[in-house]
Amino acid sequence: MVQTPQMSSPPEVETASRQRWMSILARAAAADIAGRLEALPAPPPHRRLRGPETGLVMVRGRAGGDGAPFNLGEMTVTRCAVRLEDGTVGHGYVAGRDARQAELAALLDALLQDPARRPAIESAVIAPLAAAQAARREAQARRAAATRVEFFTMTQMR
Amino acid sequence: MYVATKGGERAIGAAHAWLAEVRRGNPDLPELTAAQVEAQLGLAVDRVMAEGSCHDRGLAALAVKQARGDLIEAAFLLRAYRTTLPRFGASTPLDTNAMALQRRISATYKDLPGGQVLGPTFDYTHRLLDFCLAAAGGSPGGAPEAEASTAPSPRVTEMLAREGLMQREAPVEAEPGDLTREPLSFPADRPLRLQALARGDEGFLLSLGYSTQRGYGGNHPFVGEIRMGEVAVGFTPPELGFEIDLGDITVTECQMVNQFKGSRTEPPQFTRGYGLVFGHGERKAMSMALVDRALRAEELGEAATAPAQQQEFVLSHCDNVEATGFVEHLKLPHYVDFQSELENVRTMRASVEAGR
Repeated sequence: MVQTPQMSSPPEVETASRQRWMSILARAAAADIAGRLEALPAPPPHRRLRGPETGLVMVRGRAGGDGAPFNLGEMTVTRCAVRLEDGTVGHGYVAGRDARQAELAALLDALLQDPARRPAIESAVIAPLAAAQAARREAQARRAAATRVEFFTMTQMR
Repeated sequence: MYVATKGGERAIGAAHAWLAEVRRGNPDLPELTAAQVEAQLGLAVDRVMAEGSCHDRGLAALAVKQARGDLIEAAFLLRAYRTTLPRFGASTPLDTNAMALQRRISATYKDLPGGQVLGPTFDYTHRLLDFCLAAAGGSPGGAPEAEASTAPSPRVTEMLAREGLMQREAPVEAEPGDLTREPLSFPADRPLRLQALARGDEGFLLSLGYSTQRGYGGNHPFVGEIRMGEVAVGFTPPELGFEIDLGDITVTECQMVNQFKGSRTEPPQFTRGYGLVFGHGERKAMSMALVDRALRAEELGEAATAPAQQQEFVLSHCDNVEATGFVEHLKLPHYVDFQSELENVRTMRASVEAGR
């Protein structure tokens, strides 16, 4: 597709869609993202605007679980911002210190903002990663369920 | 003095070289990797993250390896590392109600909505040494699975609050103080106290919590609920202006339910002590909750007579990195200080003898 560099403002993308794919990419290992990307034509060149750089985010909790916010402790986070030749800017923010994951997340955030590219990336990368994450959560929940205590009242003992 | 310094450098170099060898241990045995520490000494890693006040399993595992398993030294290493990193901002407060539960127990209700889930616990093990683990090579069979429940697991404290029997938390959204930016000053408000306790030493808080149970400022605690599992960390980067998930972290939360006899303004009801820590740290979360409640004595109009109720005592001494720094600095050279003390004692002795 042809777009004039710098001319087009980044396409308006529904915030909810962007939140969804960024959250999925934040939970995916760099190798898994890169592996899924291989099924697609090579992505266009991008330029790093910032990072990838590792820093800290102060994680907050709430007193009593639902009261006043307090600072629980920090976590490492790696971020990256990239620009495609058409001017689209993508951001990656991921827990941990994996620079490659943050850059891939930023690149994919930029690419996914293009409605023409989105369906292919969604089906080759995002949907399978989301399915793997859901399966992992489900397996964890199933293990937890096996340790659920079934109390019974011992009426026959009376 | 100059000669002594050069000699010191050589000795320090030799000591550190020896330390590296001792750390490695018997070279005929395979070297432990940080990844193995992370995977197989997970609770040590969790404790270092909590007391190092920095969630990063890989870094905490490296710290444990480097510190030869000395967990306070490891927390110190992690604290030192975090000072090299910029801070991007603060997360949205964790929604522990939405936790993907691995463990959730209550000592106050047998049949609570969502049920009691034991998770991977040492509870109910016989505490007999398992020599199968000494033999190594075995891998445990798969843990059983069961149909995952979709029933919600509401907070026990919320169930009590709906009946009016549990004091509700104040609906405050103020920016919390941060003791990593501003030194702690007293009196410290509850958010600041919770921050200090969350990074406080597990052993110190355990003993203080225990002291409240033995009558030094007790409040008849019940474990309303302990939950452990993964929660999403939300963050709003300013350049985006909307919230995204950075990933999931494992945390342990403890809600202690405590008696409160009421005051002029409030009817008798239960009050809470709260504990929240990085990783799977149940003993720490429980101890934190006991001490949090003890420190609310003044706010609840109770006499603050026991050590656990005195915030200056608790908060000034719960940080093991600070504590170890001040205790261990005693072994550094104090030659000049001691010379003057020597002079003093000699002078005093001389004057006593002259007076005889």
